[in-house]
Amino acid sequence: MEKKKGMELLTISSGDMFQPYRWSVGKYGSKFLLEIKENKRFIGVKCPKCGRVYVPPRKVCGRCYVAMDEFVPVSDEGEIVVCAIIEFGFVDPSTGVQRPVPYGYVFVKLDGADTALPHFLDSADPEKVKVGARVKAVFEEECKGSIMDIKHFTLI
Amino acid sequence: MGKRTAIVGFGQTYQRSSRKDVNGVELINEAVIAALADAELTIKDIDAVVIGNMDHFEGINYVDMWSVEGSGGVMKPIMKVTTGGTTGTTVAMCAYYHVASGMFDKVLAIGWEKNSESDTTGAIITAFDPIWERPNIGGAIAGLAVEASKYMDNYGITERDGARVAVRERLHALNNPYAHLHQEWMKGMEADKIVDLLVTSEQNQMLAYPLRMSDMCPRTDGAAAVIFASEDIAEKIAPIPAWVISTANRHNYVYLGDINWDANDTLEAASRKVFEKAGVKEPLKEIDICEIYLPYSYAGLKWMESIGFCGPGQGPRLVWDGVTDMDGELPVNPSGGVMSSNPIGATALLRVGEAAWQIMGKAGPRQVKKDVNLALATGFGGCNWADVMLLGKKRPS
Repeated sequence: MEKKKGMELLTISSGDMFQPYRWSVGKYGSKFLLEIKENKRFIGVKCPKCGRVYVPPRKVCGRCYVAMDEFVPVSDEGEIVVCAIIEFGFVDPSTGVQRPVPYGYVFVKLDGADTALPHFLDSADPEKVKVGARVKAVFEEECKGSIMDIKHFTLI
Repeated sequence: MGKRTAIVGFGQTYQRSSRKDVNGVELINEAVIAALADAELTIKDIDAVVIGNMDHFEGINYVDMWSVEGSGGVMKPIMKVTTGGTTGTTVAMCAYYHVASGMFDKVLAIGWEKNSESDTTGAIITAFDPIWERPNIGGAIAGLAVEASKYMDNYGITERDGARVAVRERLHALNNPYAHLHQEWMKGMEADKIVDLLVTSEQNQMLAYPLRMSDMCPRTDGAAAVIFASEDIAEKIAPIPAWVISTANRHNYVYLGDINWDANDTLEAASRKVFEKAGVKEPLKEIDICEIYLPYSYAGLKWMESIGFCGPGQGPRLVWDGVTDMDGELPVNPSGGVMSSNPIGATALLRVGEAAWQIMGKAGPRQVKKDVNLALATGFGGCNWADVMLLGKKRPS
């Protein structure tokens, strides 16, 4: 029997699609992640022309378009440049896992760096998660060589 | 400088949350048929097609190939362009370049998306760096929320300021039958009162502080098509063509952490270039209407400053004073903008088409009540790409 509102409109599901990849981190990125894994320290790379210190390090300064090779230490402490408190849960397309909300999401300019590192903050308090607040990196006990070796940042 | 080029036709589907009655090919076709009808042309008149969307929202690659029966591209030159949220404006720029080069006379630009077919946030995240940004990303909304945090901190901006932009967009959308969101309950209410409701209502869910549901764009199924024609033929097709006066785009970084959050550097640079090419010295006075790609409310404050409509921190005053309302000095987004309809690959092309229709006098209930000589359209995309296109009524000299 045809329904009064018209025919049924079908959709076809893809199923639980999973397409694995293997991404190259490169020498500069590997050096950065290994420095965290082995020494729980951060390094950046300095542009010979503009002097900007990039974290994470990469080979080319896009602004000056020159190669960089001077690695410099940067602090594990820094300042919140921008922030948000995530209350909208979503499924991470890489893992299929939904992270519990709420949590702080901050961009941290580590002392000695000119760019910021985005990561989680272990606070979701709007009175404390503020632009300009000082924070420190907390590392996982067992590091694996990924950006997630930083567990989160914590307010100082 | 190549051939002068004008927009001679624009068509769109009704923008809706889900269009299960059509597949992608059929959705695209609806917009193309509407644009051809608007220009009073047939598909035989079209010399080339430029099409764009973001493949990962539907999980089907090569739209240029599989959409030909709907796009009208059978046995024609087709080029695909995909640049994130800016896809629609980049499609428009590419179609413009096709014609301005002198290689083609009439070129069809198409943008489309069926956001109902996947998880939009999940798909957007796949556009970010898998090593440095994806594992700990705060979602699609977070990238905008962090920008708001800095702007609020810099200038003492409040949630009411952001909400006032949302109210303008939703009130304007009530005049646009094609818009996805029609918030009828706002009709006839004072903007002030709606703002009060939005910032206090518990029903208005906080998504990523400081952004609530009302501060965000929706996810939409829809398509748009715009026809560009050369100076040799534009005035024969359209009584009032919308001429492309100038266009520019900019992109500036690899990682989100590199962004200078104090400004919108790409939009600022692209706008400056467009105004310089067009000889526009006082944008607020000289431009008659705008269709600006505003994916969230606070962008309607900060980005007004980036374009050059006012100085740093002055965006809220412009908006609260009603300057950007339908009857203001510079109506912004008479269509209701991105915050009322967001079929991602079509979103920025809707800005171009709507701006063109304001010049052509075809915008119906959303037509501004003044002479439109210059109309500005912009696109914004992850990762912080800016496209700007200035259209005009007067044929460029």
